[in-house]
Amino acid sequence: MADKKSEIRNPKSEIGNWQPKIIAFLCNWCSYAGADLAGVGRMQYPPNVRVIRIPCSGRMNPKFILAALRSGADGILVSGCHPGDCHYLSGNYFARRKFALFRSLLDYMGIEDGRIHFSWVSAAEGERFAEVISEVTEAVRAIGPSHRLNRKVMGRR
Amino acid sequence: MQEISSKIREIAAKLLAEKKVEAVLGFMPGTIPLISAPTVAGTSDEAASLCWDRFCGVNLANYLPKRTGGRVAVIAKGCDSRSIAGLVTENQIKRENVYIIGVPCTGMIDRAKVMAAAGSPEVELIENDEQVIIKADGKEITVALSDVLQDNCQGCEHRNPVVFDELIGAKVEEAAGGKINAAVAKVEAMPQNERWKHFDEMYSTCIRCYACRNACPLCYCEQCFVDDSQPQWCGKSTHPVDVKTFHIFRAYHCAGRCTDCGACERACPVNINVRELTRKLEKEVKELYGYEAGLRLEAMPPLGVYKEKDPQEFIK
Ligand code: SF4
Ligand code: SF4
Ligand code: FES
Repeated sequence: MADKKSEIRNPKSEIGNWQPKIIAFLCNWCSYAGADLAGVGRMQYPPNVRVIRIPCSGRMNPKFILAALRSGADGILVSGCHPGDCHYLSGNYFARRKFALFRSLLDYMGIEDGRIHFSWVSAAEGERFAEVISEVTEAVRAIGPSHRLNRKVMGRR
Repeated sequence: MQEISSKIREIAAKLLAEKKVEAVLGFMPGTIPLISAPTVAGTSDEAASLCWDRFCGVNLANYLPKRTGGRVAVIAKGCDSRSIAGLVTENQIKRENVYIIGVPCTGMIDRAKVMAAAGSPEVELIENDEQVIIKADGKEITVALSDVLQDNCQGCEHRNPVVFDELIGAKVEEAAGGKINAAVAKVEAMPQNERWKHFDEMYSTCIRCYACRNACPLCYCEQCFVDDSQPQWCGKSTHPVDVKTFHIFRAYHCAGRCTDCGACERACPVNINVRELTRKLEKEVKELYGYEAGLRLEAMPPLGVYKEKDPQEFIK
């Protein structure tokens, strides 16, 4: 019954052509350049990501994650420089603690595994970027549309 | 309790007379049963009305960052003293501006539990160290003290104040602890969908009154994120998503700072167990970063520092 309701509220999933929308927050100095490299190298990866460039993973505020989910994103990726490679030396180390706690809090509340992802991708890792995007897209596709923190889906779930 | 009350009055009068402090933040008998009211004593006369009992649950640290002016004295239980230490670490107050009168605590009585047991708000209590006799509607019920203590007091591991200028009475034995982890583990053991259902139901009655936020000594921002409008992080309604967004961030920004004082839960008019999220974070912070809030003045909060070897299995 609950499922039926959710489908009526999500006409796209009903007609079966649902495509996950994934918001990727990429650090300007590494993952964003990695994405660029993947593009320049004409590597294939799923077209489901919308990229938001941030100056450093340390700039990432967990509020951005819920803001994206709230407005209808199905999946989130946050990606920064490998530990030790942050352009600002330690932004990603601080970010790592914030992410760890935020992730475990959402998990505790019952947000699906596979909804929110984190990675380190350098500017030289175009291929790895393409892989990460494929992996994330598949994980989000497997769990289906995001309802739990989606403000556009009305009602209680 | 009587002894502690008179000791508090004595110390307060002395501090005020000697002009060591401008005022003493403490408690006086409340106007409704089972609650002692926070009060500010500015003269020795006012100091004479100070009291101490098992209804002094309010965390007085909450009043400190909002205060301007000179030095004040404040009565602090174990958890309150940790909140004060946290506020000093976070540069919200100056250590020399507070005179901490520490009171070792053996737990505060939860008004809601007593009223539930009595089935009436008109109650009278007689208590000793083990038992509470509840008188209501001409009946008398005897319950174990531990059954009517606040949840957070039951597993409290820091009953003795950790920072203080003066300690009243003898230190008390600390509880065994581990209660937080046990409570968290219970939820963790539920399947994911059950967890979601659990929290969905738990927050379904929230009216967004923000009492939990306002009672918390950690919430001192000039503008709360819930009031931001550009961008708006959190809708204003009681839509389940808005409510949860509020609660997720309320808890999250207490990570590594919360002392489990229970002020939030005590303040909630609809009895939502808002500590469920903060204690999960408390457990994580302790496990991942070996940190407990407010135990040392010079310790850096866990989100303000890092280690190169911090756990990162969750990162691809
Ligand atoms: S979140 Fe609740 S228990 Fe934690 S410090 Fe604030 S009021 Fe106290
Ligand atoms: S005090 Fe209770 S009802 Fe008010 S906002 Fe907090 S949880 Fe919701
Ligand atoms: S600059 Fe890329 S994570 Fe800091």
